[in-house]
Amino acid sequence: MAFSKLPISKKILSLGPILLLYISVLNEFDFNYLNFKYFSFNFPYILIFYWSLKGEGSLNYVLVFIAGLINDVVIGLPIGISSLTYLLICGFAAYLRNITLRPSLVKDWFFFLFTVLVTSSFFYSILVIFFNVKVNYYDLLFNVLYTFFLYYFFSYIFGYYLNLLRKSND
Amino acid sequence: METNRDDFIIAIRSAFLKKGTKQRFSLLVLLSVSVIILILGKYNFKGINILKLGLNEFVYRATFIISVPENFIKNTYYLTLSHINLYNDHKKLKKDFNALQAESFNNDFIISENRLLKSKIEDIVDVSSEILAKVLVDKQSPFLKSVIVNRGSKDKVKLGMAVLDGEFLIGKVVEVNYRTSRVLLLSDLNSKIPVSIEPNSIQSILTGTGQNLGKLQYTQVDKVNFEKGDQIYSSGSGGIFKSGIPIGKINLIDDNNESYVLFHSNFSQLRLVKIVLYENLD
Repeated sequence: MAFSKLPISKKILSLGPILLLYISVLNEFDFNYLNFKYFSFNFPYILIFYWSLKGEGSLNYVLVFIAGLINDVVIGLPIGISSLTYLLICGFAAYLRNITLRPSLVKDWFFFLFTVLVTSSFFYSILVIFFNVKVNYYDLLFNVLYTFFLYYFFSYIFGYYLNLLRKSND
Repeated sequence: METNRDDFIIAIRSAFLKKGTKQRFSLLVLLSVSVIILILGKYNFKGINILKLGLNEFVYRATFIISVPENFIKNTYYLTLSHINLYNDHKKLKKDFNALQAESFNNDFIISENRLLKSKIEDIVDVSSEILAKVLVDKQSPFLKSVIVNRGSKDKVKLGMAVLDGEFLIGKVVEVNYRTSRVLLLSDLNSKIPVSIEPNSIQSILTGTGQNLGKLQYTQVDKVNFEKGDQIYSSGSGGIFKSGIPIGKINLIDDNNESYVLFHSNFSQLRLVKIVLYENLD
């Protein structure tokens, strides 16, 4: 019996995305020490969008909501703002899943750009208007762009993982 | 046309209102909870503050543990870099050492004279408490620059206390939990502190830029020309910090005559910091 067919490995594999989400919000890979001036990307956005779109319910919304709260605490943002943006991403992905008949990576990719632009606008507006926190607009813009570019790369890795997950369920 | 609109509404309703087989709540419910938490947080609702304090204690510790592998990579990177630059650093340090040795002979006299003069004008000169703290989390998001340290209200840390890396000012305490605190770094966009620019003792405000440089604003003298290398110290205005804590030096003056400050301390390499409270001599 292959390892991926064992009941324990099935469980671990199905928990993989949510575990990765929690590690990423707790760890917040920043690469600051490399001194890339504008380089930053939002890995949780990529993960949440992909697994809400393709994961067939493997991403529990309550756990996504809690991950958002944790992210706010780690970064020091007003509590609730990341939960709101993460859940909006889940909503956009669920909408795309409902209207898609023939999935295409390029279409998903550009819909992801639209999603990230909308959610980041919410994020920026709430922080600046409602909480009076100064945010560097260009940093946020570059963050959105890099997140968009890296979605294509990560979708291949997640696709491979999804195949493994489906095989273990067969 | 009507069908397209109906399809859109059905897809939206299904995405936000329908509860999936593996979901306990619909998205709309959770979105509403997030908005309520945000609004209550804005108005400092007690329940939200308690939730935040509880989360802080747990999350900061968990982040410290989860970050161990990344911190190992980061430290290895810095170690490798310091080995590569060893020869050049040695040459530079030797030159600096000779210059500093010459200066240090004058310092003892100036310090005692300065202390005497400050006591005459009732300036803040005494450190009433000094707490050594370890940096637990230095996740400097692109938007907010802050670090978490392992000292809190249990160790008598208070809001607004100055935080030093060695002798250099790096920020102030903006959030105090029972065992941890958050330090807002001088590089954060929301940081603003009064400074004095030497050699001419010009008063100004140093604001963060979100990058590794600070920016001088609201200089109280018209048509002032700073030079690269001018030193920046805390001015002591406002009574939070004492005057004369070294912060950085002017590193860049752009075409619009805006001056940018390079901090003495490297904020990405903070390990141990001092949290200090300054009070009047009397």
